[in-house]
Amino acid sequence: MIMTSNVQVQGRRRGIDLSWPTFALLTLVLSVLVLLPLFWLAFYSFRSDTGGGVTFDNFIALVADPTLVRAYGLAIGMALAVGLLSCLVATPMAWLVARTDLPGRRMIRMLVTASFVTPPFLGAIAYEILAAPNSGIVNIIYRYLFRLDSSAYLVNIYTFTGLIFAIACFTFPYVFTLVANALDKVPSDLEDASSILGGKAMTTLRKVTIPLVLPAMLAGTLIAILQALTMFGSPAILALPAGFHVITTKIWSLFQFPPRLGLAAAAALPLLIITVILLRAQKSILGRKGYTVLGGKSGTPRITELGPWKWVAIAFVFCVLSLTILLPYLAILKTAFTGTVGDPINLSTLTLRHWKFVLFEFSATQLALRNTFLLGFLTATAVTAIALIVSYLVTRRSVPGSGFLGLLATAPVAIPGIVLGVGLFLSYANPTFQLYGTIWILLIAFMTIELPAGYQQMSSAFSGVHPELEEAGRIMGASRLRTLWDITAPLLRTSVVAAWCFVFVGTIRELSATILLTTANTKLVSVIIYDLNESGDLGAICVLGMILLAASFAVVFVANRVPVLGGSQMNARG
Amino acid sequence: MWKKALSAALFATGLAASPAAWAEAPEPYQITPELEAAAKAEGKVVFYTATDVAVAEKLAEHFKTKYPEISVQVERAGSERVFQRIGQEYSTGIYNADVIETSDAVHFEYFKREGWLEPMVPQEVADKWPADERDPDGNFAAYRAHLSVMAYRTDLMQEADAPKTWEDLLDPRFKDKMVKAHPGYSGTVMTSTFVLSQLLGWEYFEKLGKQNIMQVQSSTEPPKKLAQGERALEIDGNEYNVFRLIDEGKPIKIIYPEQGTPLAVGNAAVLKQAPNPNAAKLFYAFLFSADAQQLNSDFGGLRSFHPDVKEKAGRTPLAQIKILHSDPAKLEPEIPTIKSNYEKYFGT
Repeated sequence: MIMTSNVQVQGRRRGIDLSWPTFALLTLVLSVLVLLPLFWLAFYSFRSDTGGGVTFDNFIALVADPTLVRAYGLAIGMALAVGLLSCLVATPMAWLVARTDLPGRRMIRMLVTASFVTPPFLGAIAYEILAAPNSGIVNIIYRYLFRLDSSAYLVNIYTFTGLIFAIACFTFPYVFTLVANALDKVPSDLEDASSILGGKAMTTLRKVTIPLVLPAMLAGTLIAILQALTMFGSPAILALPAGFHVITTKIWSLFQFPPRLGLAAAAALPLLIITVILLRAQKSILGRKGYTVLGGKSGTPRITELGPWKWVAIAFVFCVLSLTILLPYLAILKTAFTGTVGDPINLSTLTLRHWKFVLFEFSATQLALRNTFLLGFLTATAVTAIALIVSYLVTRRSVPGSGFLGLLATAPVAIPGIVLGVGLFLSYANPTFQLYGTIWILLIAFMTIELPAGYQQMSSAFSGVHPELEEAGRIMGASRLRTLWDITAPLLRTSVVAAWCFVFVGTIRELSATILLTTANTKLVSVIIYDLNESGDLGAICVLGMILLAASFAVVFVANRVPVLGGSQMNARG
Repeated sequence: MWKKALSAALFATGLAASPAAWAEAPEPYQITPELEAAAKAEGKVVFYTATDVAVAEKLAEHFKTKYPEISVQVERAGSERVFQRIGQEYSTGIYNADVIETSDAVHFEYFKREGWLEPMVPQEVADKWPADERDPDGNFAAYRAHLSVMAYRTDLMQEADAPKTWEDLLDPRFKDKMVKAHPGYSGTVMTSTFVLSQLLGWEYFEKLGKQNIMQVQSSTEPPKKLAQGERALEIDGNEYNVFRLIDEGKPIKIIYPEQGTPLAVGNAAVLKQAPNPNAAKLFYAFLFSADAQQLNSDFGGLRSFHPDVKEKAGRTPLAQIKILHSDPAKLEPEIPTIKSNYEKYFGT
């Protein structure tokens, strides 16, 4: 505040605008955040692990080492399958929610958003509890119902297909949200035109509606593919017991002491390149605006009446929601309160011992909870602030070259978490910086990872606010930052809160970069959950998971209700 | 080899590695009021351990009943993960840990060579420990030992059907039924993989890898998978976790094959750069006290080298089990081979 009032005074007296210094500072900060890790990554990939010096061995190993090639092959196969499955499930569901008279549509949207809050690694653990071949609850019930012997099982999560399923459960919301939003905006006049020309409902759907939302489907699918490809937690939990590596777990295994940093860096680079290619593909698909009609000027979307099909639709949606939310949450709840996973639920097996262990005996709990929420708050606040200023500078084009800043803020989206983890470790875990072992290296990692999401949200919000209000402020003599603070920011309150929550939740569920950067004093809940999983303490994990979920939901809820933060507006707009 | 690999890594820059050559162990020390007072002033001790988290926390709790002024931060991970962590931390100049303990004896030879350990010998160790279970230079001593055992669920497998020898595990009837921990994570399994590859050759593991085994990480985990009923038979895993689960009433039975069962010795040591040196010294002495060792045995099911420790009835005494010992000096150069062979045969 003090700074901004100074700014105002200076701005009036001498007409100096802080845009330039802000621009320069932000460019510097973002460059360091984004470019430094990438530089070290490239540097190390040419460095020999055994003797220092320049070498191509690491890249040769990338092609010649069958374990690395296999890990890449499996990771790509897995990611494509996850993308396909997410798309197949999410698209019909999005259509049902956006364009039919299905009951409880708003509720369904909310629940799908809830599955976004669930960390994928927690989901994977929930599925261990549900669908492990012998102790999985689903298989126990299956054997009981059909009176089969102990070797029979219905589903096995410790397989390639099981892994795909468990990841898709938590990536389909990306496709769902994009497609549902696109369907909301498809103008009804095009569909009307089709009906007037004699097209039946299905013909209209096939020839008009689906082509119009196709870009959103593809874009959502690409995000799902990207998420799956770069995910660490779920494969580490489900693929390793099945006896195979994907690329992220393979890179992690290269950090076993003595670490093979050069090979890890080289192994991370193709992941980076694939990500960039996928993102470019997404951009070129989404960029064809003439194809998608996202104007939203032609009336409310036509609602299809399901008639007798309603029950089929309800069954389908219920099935999807059970698999992605209901069953995993119930499994976590059950495990938190019973002795071991295989126990039936009755009075004698109900116990609070996992709670007692986590809350009173396990010495890492408090520290991890404190670190997690501290970092969540810091990251969310810092990212929202930076994103706000950057998107202001970029959308208002107040400084020449501001487009570059936008590019920098978006660039980290192309850096998978584990790659960034490797890069940051190489950049800051040395005697010069000594950031490794402090929470600052984690803050840097989280800020870098979350910046694109925050920026995306803020810049789309900015384009919705007409500059004339700011111009009024400027005419009255306020500096740019002052108008930003006094006029634009209040107008953007809801978007700011939404972006803040989004980043907060994203930070809390991060594991792939975190796993390489934590030490004893910088433990996070996600990491102790992962540690506990490696020693098989599922009960304790479920307790921690429930605390994490409850706290995340509480923060999101509170942030949306506090009147100062624009809670009432949020409600009015729905 | 390791030295070379390490110095290649960027870490090496921060390393003041001075391989110490100690003529002999320092004089044994007792817990004096001065030591207690100094430790209380520090108020905290950080314990990096590979013992099962519930056992380690129990021990910490016991320490706190004696010294309520000193909090114990237990950092539990698999032995190889603890090794990775301390390696990364020390090479980047981070000194978090006071006392360290893993079940891979190789680590302590390595730490000693790097000069990372502070030699000290608690009186109890000097008086009661067998000479070959402590470092002659006083850098470390065997805090615990446990076997890596085969075990099965008695309700899912008849005793007659259960394996009797290591080779029995190759029988098709055990396909899909077994669970096994990972040598890249667990020091116990690293040790047992080494001794079994010496005893039975790598062909044994090649065949075992085709049995569709559930691969978990920590050697604390296979017993827990048995308890869950996820698998009927464990190939390796901590004997002490099995003891604990049997005590809880789980239907599990241990198999001690006549060919022998691998033994993992868990050493403990105080680090030279310990941030809380006095608390570390006090805690270290506590670890070897008859009290703590008895607790490890009763609650934890660990084997102890303390001659006064009484084992619970019903546990097979070590003397009646054929033990396969591992020589850390021979194991160390084999580690890369073990890791790569393991990945070849088991996939990860």
